[in-house]
Amino acid sequence: MNTVILKTASKYLLPLLLLFSVFVLLRGHYLPGGGFVGGLIASIAFVLHAFANGLPDTQRLLRMHPGFLMPVGLMISLLSGIFPMLFSKPFMTGVWKSDPIPVIGSLGSALFFDIGVYLVVIGASLTIIFTISETK
Amino acid sequence: MIPHFTILPILLPLLSAVVLMFFWSKPRNQRVLSVIGHGLTLMASYYLAQKTFTGEIFSVQAGNWSAPFGITFVADALSGMLVLLASLAAFAVSIFSAASIGNGRASFGYFPILQFLLMGLNGSFLAGDIFNLYVWFEVIIISSFVLITLGGEKAQLEGAVKYVTLNLLASVIFLTGIAVLYGIMGSLNLADLAVKISASPDKGLINTAAILFLVGFGIKSAIFPMYFWLPASYHTPPAAVSAIFGGLLTKVGVYALIRVFSLLFIEDPFIRDVFIVLAVLSMITGAVGAIGQQNIRKVFSYLIISHIGFMIAGLGMYSTLALMGAVFYLFHDILVKTNVFLISGVIFKMRGSFRLENLGGLYNKFPLISIVFAIVMFSLVGTPPLSGFWPKLYLLQSSFTEGELWIFGAILLASFLTLIAIVKVWLAAFWKKPVENKIAMERIVWHQLIPIEKFLILLPILILTTATLYIGFYAENISDICKLIAEQIQDKSGYIEAVMPQIETNINPENIP
Repeated sequence: MNTVILKTASKYLLPLLLLFSVFVLLRGHYLPGGGFVGGLIASIAFVLHAFANGLPDTQRLLRMHPGFLMPVGLMISLLSGIFPMLFSKPFMTGVWKSDPIPVIGSLGSALFFDIGVYLVVIGASLTIIFTISETK
Repeated sequence: MIPHFTILPILLPLLSAVVLMFFWSKPRNQRVLSVIGHGLTLMASYYLAQKTFTGEIFSVQAGNWSAPFGITFVADALSGMLVLLASLAAFAVSIFSAASIGNGRASFGYFPILQFLLMGLNGSFLAGDIFNLYVWFEVIIISSFVLITLGGEKAQLEGAVKYVTLNLLASVIFLTGIAVLYGIMGSLNLADLAVKISASPDKGLINTAAILFLVGFGIKSAIFPMYFWLPASYHTPPAAVSAIFGGLLTKVGVYALIRVFSLLFIEDPFIRDVFIVLAVLSMITGAVGAIGQQNIRKVFSYLIISHIGFMIAGLGMYSTLALMGAVFYLFHDILVKTNVFLISGVIFKMRGSFRLENLGGLYNKFPLISIVFAIVMFSLVGTPPLSGFWPKLYLLQSSFTEGELWIFGAILLASFLTLIAIVKVWLAAFWKKPVENKIAMERIVWHQLIPIEKFLILLPILILTTATLYIGFYAENISDICKLIAEQIQDKSGYIEAVMPQIETNINPENIP
């Protein structure tokens, strides 16, 4: 699609949407949101960018194949599940840092699980969408 | 002390799959890493199995939420043995795949998916609540969809469509059963359900749920009226894939039947009669079907159906001896069925065809290899010192003493028909004079393989054959384990106590209000 309006809008929307996706990701612990929704919002940001500027531009912006995010995300989630086992607690028990960190708040292993999900969702949905829209 | 080792057979395949995904574009590294990953899983499974054979039941509450609310993993002797055998079969298949799967399939994620499949298998053997059992079934189904379609040959896609449709249908029916059960009981944890169901007056709805589970698991394990997808799809993918499918996927259905029905529904005589009827019909239809086939993989596919009947018959009779026979048969069948499908792959490499009319002369050309194949095929039949004989003996004995003469007759008839089918394969593939078929001759790749590849293709068959021989000649060790398993199945209180130590296990029927 070659419209100036969409191109200009996407330039501003990409960072905004990515910021929003991180917000949704972090909000998801007690309120609606979380890694899955956040990941979908982030991949929408890139899809919108691809609509406006063409697929090669977006791929250049990403610098790597989105599929690479899948194993990275899976690994983060898996390690966050294994982490509590080091303190002889069952797999996937939420382990929390005792005193909260300024600005971020309390830090727990559940956050890393969600970050992993976030990356897997971005990786998987972008791989699917890019594969379908590639014209060869 | 939390028994972390209980879930290692699930975590290690997941970890290996993730590591393999990092090597997405390097098939050569994937082959080595895949075998290492399966080897580690096998070791972890062996450790777990050894622990469970002492009679102790281990449980892990993932996330540290106590039993009826959280995700429970339970390992009793049945789970331990099945996890061990699944990991062994997967290890053998991964060696076979490392040597026989082309780079085309490997570069589209064959090896990671194989790990995910093993994760799903081990997960369903260890799952302690019925919804998680469903989730692990989905993991298995999705990975098997990928494995069966990977490569995209026309026959493969045709088989995959049948496989996918019927298995999705089975999942829907299974899920409906879970919904009904949750509606009545308000719980999904198997141990919790076992306590609640035996105290519930609502037998009508419980039986409805039981039949939904029977149909759902029945489609997956390919018992009598619901087996049509199996012979239509198992002969299409590469040999390594059909080996793990034939060896393990239907057995997960059988495991689910044993686990769910023994904990929840088996007290009902109606359910047991249904099992016995279905078992007799599966044994005979499967074996008759096998005789009529020309494709060796289809012969073995029909034999899977027939032999599932043996296990269901044991579950239907539900005496200690019958259950021993059923689980013993289950263990023997995992090893042998995986092996025969691997063997059919080797035969294809040697003769270029799966069809009996194009085969022949294998014994003349490869006498030593043929003898190994013969051992496997005759333990499938159940020739006395070999592994298939002992479980049949238990089943025959218990069916005779309990007066289930239909089962007694069906076992004898099905064994006899299996013998005919196997002898037919043996005569046509090994003893007959070789047939010169041009198309088949062009597909022979055996002589082009380098020695190390030949070794890697034959090694898994040797490993599985050794395991089969061990079961046959040291049957008393296995039958001790089977006795322990049968007792654990019949006495639910151990299982319930392991999952929910805080609840009094009062499931005596006299205490029902």
